[in-house]
Amino acid sequence: MAESESTANNGVNVEALLGARVALADAPEAAKFTWSASCEWKDGTFSQSTVEGYFGLGENHKHKTTFKFDADHPAVFASEDRGATPVEYVLVGLASCLTAGIAAVAQNRDIQLRSVTSTLEDGMDIQGILGMDSDIRNGFDGIKVSYKIDADASQKDIEALVAQSQKRSAVYDIVTNPTNVTVEVN
Amino acid sequence: MTVRTTTTVVIGGGQAGLAMSRCLSERAIDHVVLERGEVANSWRTERWDSLRLLTPNWQSRLPGYGYQGDDPDGYRNMPETIAFLDRYAEVISAPVEAHTTVTAVRTDGAGYLITTNQGDWRCRTVVLASGACNIARVPALSEALPAEIDTLDSMQYRNPEQLAPGGVMVVGASATGTQFADEIQRAGHPVTISVGEHIRAPRVYRGRDLEWWMDAAGVLDERYDEVEDIVRARKLPSLQLTGTTGRTTLDLNALGAIGVKLIGRFAGINDGKAQFSGSLRNQCAMSDLKMGRLLDTIDEWASENGLDGEVDAPSRLEPTVVEKSPPLGLNLKNGEIKTVIWATGYRPDYSWLELPVFDRKGRIRHDGGILEDAPGAYLLGIQFLRRRKSALLDGVGDDARDLSAHLAAYLDGQDPGEFVVTSGVAPA
Repeated sequence: MAESESTANNGVNVEALLGARVALADAPEAAKFTWSASCEWKDGTFSQSTVEGYFGLGENHKHKTTFKFDADHPAVFASEDRGATPVEYVLVGLASCLTAGIAAVAQNRDIQLRSVTSTLEDGMDIQGILGMDSDIRNGFDGIKVSYKIDADASQKDIEALVAQSQKRSAVYDIVTNPTNVTVEVN
Repeated sequence: MTVRTTTTVVIGGGQAGLAMSRCLSERAIDHVVLERGEVANSWRTERWDSLRLLTPNWQSRLPGYGYQGDDPDGYRNMPETIAFLDRYAEVISAPVEAHTTVTAVRTDGAGYLITTNQGDWRCRTVVLASGACNIARVPALSEALPAEIDTLDSMQYRNPEQLAPGGVMVVGASATGTQFADEIQRAGHPVTISVGEHIRAPRVYRGRDLEWWMDAAGVLDERYDEVEDIVRARKLPSLQLTGTTGRTTLDLNALGAIGVKLIGRFAGINDGKAQFSGSLRNQCAMSDLKMGRLLDTIDEWASENGLDGEVDAPSRLEPTVVEKSPPLGLNLKNGEIKTVIWATGYRPDYSWLELPVFDRKGRIRHDGGILEDAPGAYLLGIQFLRRRKSALLDGVGDDARDLSAHLAAYLDGQDPGEFVVTSGVAPA
């Protein structure tokens, strides 16, 4: 930041993020974002979702590109495996959110990252989704994330990076805390 | 009733108000201290029975007064704290108007009009020293608790005898929550403690009180305009400390060892079921890392100051033990939990303050206690007002010295903008 010379470059514009914090403190309404996605059933368990626009800073925005996501179920579910499963998208969301956070926090702490890789695993007993045992939940019984990080920092500082990233992660919050979900049919 | 006049009205007769009174007297500034009850009212009437100060006896250096007993390393219980402040008020001849509740503070020409239940005061300057912990903070989700659950907040809780037999959930794991959980579990109630952000700390480190280290190494003197994020620093929970005769550490591992169950942050209530965050592991990891950094700072300072041969060797506590899959829900309707106690922090009460000084979150805007939107008004005795130690018995004195110097300059008509306080230096 201003008074200390920053040497790390992880490609994250921390000045812009810190500037946004200051600007939004005076205009909290502008901090309210709405993220959207749309989804269309194709065939069987195959669907395609589209992400293109979002609302924030008081106006509508468009992504540079329209992103499409194919979701399906694999052959063991008697499906055709035309895309990742929805639960795998949850892991993708968590991994990318935590990883982006690690880069941003590292930049802010002037830590140069060389490589950041992670593997994610969730456990799930499908007796839940098959409706076989009401004591078993549909969702994950836990998620395990393992990071391998090569950076100019001590092990403790790297642990602190990963901890801080969890503390500030939207997807981590979404998966660790309950969220009200309203589903309507129009 | 006639309106009385004085130069400065100090609101609150606790350690902050008394320290300011002493500093004003040294400067011969005419003033009065308005106290809703008696000196040390919050300590007298609003705290639980077993509470002892988190700082040792010696660490109570107030302007013109300090500890003189024969147990410098002990921790004051409430009667001792009250007696200490009573004696301070006496020694400094503080002009305390007891049983005087302030009901409004308004601007009045070039000064302020203070309305109380004992008549009005007109003054040029006012010091808000009414305390940081007037109201127990309770999250909104408390309203969704099933009716059959007894609830207490941290100002209503006094001792385990108040509680119905059966399980207790303590929400919050800072100094207050961990102390409640400890004594309630020991009194025979199965306790579950809901853990959010907290700061773990050993009571004694390398043979000396942690507060001694933080004082000596200058951690407590860190200034409000030097920390990276003062808004966050002011919101930090109190260290997980307790003042016991055995100088014991009261962390989550100590609670686990007597059978208290740890669960995540209280996140919601759905259909009579309490929901807890899956973030417990990270909350504990962050706290362990934070404690590690504090102890690293202390070790570094000890080495630089040649203390390594004199004190015990560095050591680290075992990481906080978290079970593999902590429960994410708890049925509140099956009778397992009889009582929920909110130990989720405190906030000040400024309902009587009719000045345009509040930010959108209801906090007073101030620059190290100087209210720029209300010239001649000052704030004292809250967390990290001017220094990390600002809310401590031992820390309010330096703030009172600084602010009384500013206040005197303001009365003299000097430009307070030119006012510069050097760190921690008392006026001669």
